[in-house]
Amino acid sequence: MTAILFPEPRADVLARRDFIIDGLSKLVGPSSLVTSEDERRAFETDAFTAYRRMPLAVVLPTTTEEVSRVLAFCHQHAVPVVPRGAGTSLCGGAIPQEDAVVIGLSKMSRILDINYPDRLATVQIGVTNLAITNAVSAEGFFYAPDPSSQLACTIGGNIAMNSGGAHCLKYGVTTNNILGVTLVLVDGTICQIGGEAMDAAGLDLLGLVCGSEGQLGIMTEAIVRILPAAEGARPVLFGFETSEKAGEAVAAIIAAGIVPVAMEFMDKPAIEICEAFAKAGYPMDVDALLIIEVEGSEAEMEATLAKIVEIAKKHGVKRIKESKSAMETAAIWKGRKSAFGATGRIADYICMDGTIPTGQLPYVLRRIDEIVKHYGLRVANVFHAGDGNLHPLILYNVNDPTEAMKAEEAGNDILKLCVEVGGCLTGEHGVGIEKRDLMIHQFNPADLAQQLRVRAAFDADWILNPAKVFPLEGRTA
Amino acid sequence: MLTPKTEEAVAEAVRGAIAKKLPLAIQGGGTRKGLGRPVQAGDMLSLEKLAGVTLHEPAEMVISALAGTPLSVVEKTLASKGQMLPFEPMDHRAIFGTSGEPTIGAVVAANVSGPRRVVVGACRDHLIGVRFVNGAGEIIKSGGRVMKNVTGLDLVKLQAGAHGTLGVLTEVTFKVLPRPEASASMVFDGLPDGEAVAAMSAALGSPFEVSGAAHLPAGVAGESAQTLLRFENFTASIDYRFKALAAMLKRFGNPRRIDGSASEKLWVDIRDCQLLATPRETALWRLSVKPSDAPRVADIIRNGLTDAKLFYDWGGGLIWLATASVKDAGATVIRAAVKGKGHATLVRASDSIRISVPVFEPESAPVAMLSRRIKSSFDPAGLINPGRMIAEA
Repeated sequence: MTAILFPEPRADVLARRDFIIDGLSKLVGPSSLVTSEDERRAFETDAFTAYRRMPLAVVLPTTTEEVSRVLAFCHQHAVPVVPRGAGTSLCGGAIPQEDAVVIGLSKMSRILDINYPDRLATVQIGVTNLAITNAVSAEGFFYAPDPSSQLACTIGGNIAMNSGGAHCLKYGVTTNNILGVTLVLVDGTICQIGGEAMDAAGLDLLGLVCGSEGQLGIMTEAIVRILPAAEGARPVLFGFETSEKAGEAVAAIIAAGIVPVAMEFMDKPAIEICEAFAKAGYPMDVDALLIIEVEGSEAEMEATLAKIVEIAKKHGVKRIKESKSAMETAAIWKGRKSAFGATGRIADYICMDGTIPTGQLPYVLRRIDEIVKHYGLRVANVFHAGDGNLHPLILYNVNDPTEAMKAEEAGNDILKLCVEVGGCLTGEHGVGIEKRDLMIHQFNPADLAQQLRVRAAFDADWILNPAKVFPLEGRTA
Repeated sequence: MLTPKTEEAVAEAVRGAIAKKLPLAIQGGGTRKGLGRPVQAGDMLSLEKLAGVTLHEPAEMVISALAGTPLSVVEKTLASKGQMLPFEPMDHRAIFGTSGEPTIGAVVAANVSGPRRVVVGACRDHLIGVRFVNGAGEIIKSGGRVMKNVTGLDLVKLQAGAHGTLGVLTEVTFKVLPRPEASASMVFDGLPDGEAVAAMSAALGSPFEVSGAAHLPAGVAGESAQTLLRFENFTASIDYRFKALAAMLKRFGNPRRIDGSASEKLWVDIRDCQLLATPRETALWRLSVKPSDAPRVADIIRNGLTDAKLFYDWGGGLIWLATASVKDAGATVIRAAVKGKGHATLVRASDSIRISVPVFEPESAPVAMLSRRIKSSFDPAGLINPGRMIAEA
């Protein structure tokens, strides 16, 4: 695919490659500097694999001070910098450019302190999402946001993208679950944003940094909230004959004052793909499946489920299947969380991430179907039904350039549809390079100019992750 | 006083201020007018006429309202469908002795939250969309009406708690929650501060979904200290959780139970700081620290300021503190006590004290620099609430 443009690599930077590598080698140890082409290749893309660019060099710092020195050097010599966690971005957030130094944070993966009485943990930024939960689970705690890539993705990437997950209906997204970060500014200045207290003083810079996609600075440490796990949790499968009926049931559950910890939707293609992979026991004779999870004591889960079952029956539910064991629960979630990976086994796909008002669900699902058919492609839908965050997976063949282009166009049409009905381009994956050129559909020039001025307060010279988020044209600030 | 009735009229008012080079002070219902540093302005812009709920979708748990909408109207609209603003915004009328109606825009501007904040998050955590007029007179939007949205820089969070210094809010959108069916409080009597915070931490670290945790030391609400834990849920759940938590906390004694309106009134008093509201001559501070540091911080302050009176909310994460309104109202002692541990905000004091004592915790040099640049990126001429948060250079 070639639809998304990268900025032309700056010849003056490329010409200074030897000087830049020599300078970096004086700032970090030899094992932290990657220069050979073979080794750099591991950093040329992320999970948005249709695009790749070979970076100038890769630095893998081990301390905040090293990050500070490297950034100060790059800033002084006008070298673009692309921060990287585990490289699991679905929107190309970590894809480099030929004239950029990648700063990879994967070596900074230690948990520095766990404080149970105050319910917080201090971690280095390259720790994986799941490692935090694993470190505190024996004491009955967990870190709440749970993106499907949680085994691999880093907390730094989560904060940069303000990641969500299946359980954010109850527990919120990343921005609701962090207390502070250590941020290295573009000139190397190290500053503490937020802290261990619940509210920070002054402007909410933490809220601004969260979701800023590596454009305001590079984080090296984070203070995150850890929460007590519920006494028990149980997912239940509800199969419906149509997506409309499933959507109506979701709305009715919320209107009845029930907020399940998760409500996940799959359409028939997604059910088939996930069941083939995970053997989760999903019903195969329905067109739409909801995974609804409730939490609490045995009695509480029973009571809540009884109410949900009653509502589902009113909306014509065809199959109800309750998890009877921890193994069944794990299989149910394995099927859902491996939806992207399982889809990848049968076809190439691009994964959309728009959010819509949930009242628009039946209309939007119908339109997605029409759009994808118009391009002669297939789609599988998995999404977070409680919050309207859609993940249509558009299936195509990556080796067929025409089909690849069609898939991208279908994706763009779907995202424009999400904006039209009152939603947004991205609910949890980020803008990256993937949706950069669609920003003009969600924001008018004044909105974008305001964001660009705020960005300029941190990085006036466009050193940090410059190919991302904002359309390349009209970058006046 | 300017009283625009539409968003476009707000933008015109700001453009007028630019033409006249006259700074504007922004006001909602005027119930919090003692909050922040005094503003030197040429004119007052009131949002009171820009009012009305513009969207309420109960099945999507979302509500939007124009900035001047009375908070009570927003709350009534939600209550009619069994919903509520989760963050339980404080009413400042008790501590300021003001009248009039608090507005939803001011709730956002001051990021006003109450006891439930410790579990569900603050106002900023539930705010999902804003519209505002920046200092150039342009109408700007950020976020929207869906609860998962990471499109572009999050200017929504930045507006919450900016005290109207980054533009004039015109419309705000929240995600909301169902109202609980019932509520009850668990009360331990006579615990010293350290024990009380330990009990609250144990409760908040339990799976029993405590939705409020406050400690009122002896002399604040009666002769004996009271440690309060709140449950909100279906009635059957409350009964079960009360028993389970009481068993878990039995090393702290045998708790009492308070139900219904008596329990609700306790939490309104805590939310609105009724317990320290009078005498109004005293200065009032809000301290944010991590709970385990709170008793030590309180001891240092009590040693340094013998007339200090305080209580704890948010499991110890928030200390409300009344001090004598003389000299710096205790700022030197208080800021030394929280140094490296958190921060202190001077919520209530005379204008002269709020000009000479930083109302908000002084920031580190790099953060102060970023804050100044951000302010100027929204309001290059410094015309919107100038000096509300920090003294103008």
